[in-house]
Amino acid sequence: MTLLGTLALWLAFLLGVWGALAGFMGGLATPPRPDLARSARHAVFAMCGALLVAVVSLEWALFQHDFNVEYVAAYTSRNLPIFYTWSALYAGQKGSLLFWATVLSVFGSLALALTSRRHRHLLPHVAGVVSVVAAFFISVMLFGHANPFQRLPYTPLDGSGLNPQLQNPGMVFHPPMLYLGYISITIPFAFALAALLSKRLDADWLVAIRKWTLLSWLFLSIGICLGMWWAYVELGWGGYWAWDPVENASLLPWLTMTAFLHSVMIQEKRGMLKKWNLALIIGSWLLSIFGTFITRSGVISSVHSFTQSSVGYFFLAFLIVAGVSSFALYATRLPLLEAEARLESMVSREASFLFNNLLFIGIAFSVLWGTLFPILSELVQGTKVTVGPPFFNQVNIPLGLALLGLTGIGPLIAWRRASLPNLQRQFAVPVTVGVFTGLVLLVAGIRDFYALMAMALGGFVMGTVVQEFARGTGARHRQYGEGYALALGRLLARNRRRYGGYIVHTGIVILFVAFAGMAFKTETEATLKPGESASIRSPYGWTYRLTHLGISQYDALNRQVTAATLDVTRDGTPLGVLTTEKRQHVDALGRPTFQPSTEVGIRSDLREDLYVVLGGVVNGTEQAVFRFTINPLVWWVWYGGMIVALGGLIVMWPGGSPAVKRAQAGYAVRLVEEK
Amino acid sequence: MNAGTKFAIGAVLIVGSVGYLMASGVKQTGQYFLTPTELTQKIAVDPSFYNVGMKVGARVVPGTVSKDVASQTLRFQVTDGSARYPVVFHGLPPDTFNDSVEVVVEGRLQNDGVIYATSVLAKCGSRYEAVPKA
Repeated sequence: MTLLGTLALWLAFLLGVWGALAGFMGGLATPPRPDLARSARHAVFAMCGALLVAVVSLEWALFQHDFNVEYVAAYTSRNLPIFYTWSALYAGQKGSLLFWATVLSVFGSLALALTSRRHRHLLPHVAGVVSVVAAFFISVMLFGHANPFQRLPYTPLDGSGLNPQLQNPGMVFHPPMLYLGYISITIPFAFALAALLSKRLDADWLVAIRKWTLLSWLFLSIGICLGMWWAYVELGWGGYWAWDPVENASLLPWLTMTAFLHSVMIQEKRGMLKKWNLALIIGSWLLSIFGTFITRSGVISSVHSFTQSSVGYFFLAFLIVAGVSSFALYATRLPLLEAEARLESMVSREASFLFNNLLFIGIAFSVLWGTLFPILSELVQGTKVTVGPPFFNQVNIPLGLALLGLTGIGPLIAWRRASLPNLQRQFAVPVTVGVFTGLVLLVAGIRDFYALMAMALGGFVMGTVVQEFARGTGARHRQYGEGYALALGRLLARNRRRYGGYIVHTGIVILFVAFAGMAFKTETEATLKPGESASIRSPYGWTYRLTHLGISQYDALNRQVTAATLDVTRDGTPLGVLTTEKRQHVDALGRPTFQPSTEVGIRSDLREDLYVVLGGVVNGTEQAVFRFTINPLVWWVWYGGMIVALGGLIVMWPGGSPAVKRAQAGYAVRLVEEK
Repeated sequence: MNAGTKFAIGAVLIVGSVGYLMASGVKQTGQYFLTPTELTQKIAVDPSFYNVGMKVGARVVPGTVSKDVASQTLRFQVTDGSARYPVVFHGLPPDTFNDSVEVVVEGRLQNDGVIYATSVLAKCGSRYEAVPKA
């Protein structure tokens, strides 16, 4: 099977090279060469087939426990649960490269198959770009010593097993979601380059990629949230976001994509920002490759990265070549990208969107700067200087709050030019809600400035969202005589993009409030003998008392477990017991593999999480060290993430009449003046 | 004043505040990241370089780790091959900490020549890959 896999990789590589040549030649030829265009399209389909064969070969080797294959021996063992044996496909460097290339070829095939005939002049170039990127990933496997089908000169009795920190359900879904997000950015990027190459820079290509940009934004959002959840329940340091380089690398394209999803509306409605939007798409794609480079090269030390390897140089070279060539192409087409309208007033939706975009890019730039700072400072000063979470918080909390404010302002201001009566009518309720929220919390005793601002601005944005829904529903009720529930449902169903967007905003508000809750995090450490207890005071005013009940040790499927059990009471009311574990994973022969890992004990409710970590046990006794943390409002992070995903799904949901879509896609508002 | 100019002023304000926040952030929170050799050189040049927050990246010297679980005190030495510094840390070491791992120690070097760490990060080759069999 490994021979089949390697052959499939070679075949896919050659098809990728052919797809690129045929695609670009077919697209640029005058007169057009539909035969070459067709050939490029078929090359992408065939490449997709060959890569799927390679994936099946690798999964086959994994499930057969063919430990003669180096990848199988390195990431699985006989006693690894089936679930994780399957996910070992993308647990390691080599397998994840295969996963990347395969998913890209699937997305590319779908894009070529599903895109409407109206955009056929773009498709040969799209096939070409997808082929180049996929062929690059395959070439890393073939020429960068990263072939997942590499055999060993001997056959180990058992494999090393999967890193225990990856043996968590969150970890089965988190990497593929993030990969899907990273990978699917390639499709909008391919369309953007296609538009540049074919000089067809009207709104057409924007229509073709709208669903794809949303799709990759959605995958990135879900992937980032799952990553936070995994870090929180598995890593045991008591938080969900550490501004680690790899986390930042996933946030960067998310920020630029979010900026694009907003600024694209200005291009659709007003024919402005064409250059900016193209640059955002190209930049987002480069950042996704940059993220892949950071994760795999080890140039920046991170807890996440794969082992340092030469693969990093491939990515760096690709990043530079792709960046230079796409921006060179962009520069030659700039004269074709003149705006069709000018900004008319500072008090307009266009202006608020422009500021929103500047803030997104400002945040992205500061995150990129902070992430690269150790390298930059070493280049400039000769000494490495690092910045950590305090830097990112100090810079990004004010910027994030300004952005949250714009989340409420943007939907309220009219396009082109807002009048004073319009402003009064729109802002009265939301501003009152915001001020009221702030005052109530101030009276309730919250003195943390940023937390207070986050919640007051959150109230303002929620005021906006509720007012928009209420007015829309009311209008339908009056106009069509629909009941309120039906009117609300139809309002959402008929304007998915607008009202789905408001649901995303709701999720973002919840996330901000949840982040603000972490300002009130408290922590204590204690060494307890059985029967002894420690207490920790919650920011809500009550006190938890934790009593150490004892240590138990036992063997489970693939690990030896040391578990500590604690009895929990809150102000004297019993809340049950919490268990926290240290796990030593072992292979089928009982030999220890990996370092010991921690299982956190978490008791959650909507107000706060009690988070208990077993630090260690004093040799030969049941005396144990614990760290107790109270993390306020953590569940709201997960709820907020789910609501963001739900809103994104609503926006993406297929349907709606083609006439409406065309009207939205064209510059409808320029013709029909908005009141 | 037309809208374009006003927008430009707004944009300059935003870009300026991003720049200001970044510059002050680096100034206030930036920390030297040194190897033990570089730390020794720094002290040789500037004898007042004690009690400055910094990060030291080095390898734990095998056999120097002493762990007192009850008082949560961890003592070990770090080296990059030439210079060597003792480290004292109160708290829970990460799961991946052992006596030959690469660590990043965050803390301050005091006049007694000991680094008092506020955090210890262990860098086992990587979290995604298995530890190579010895």
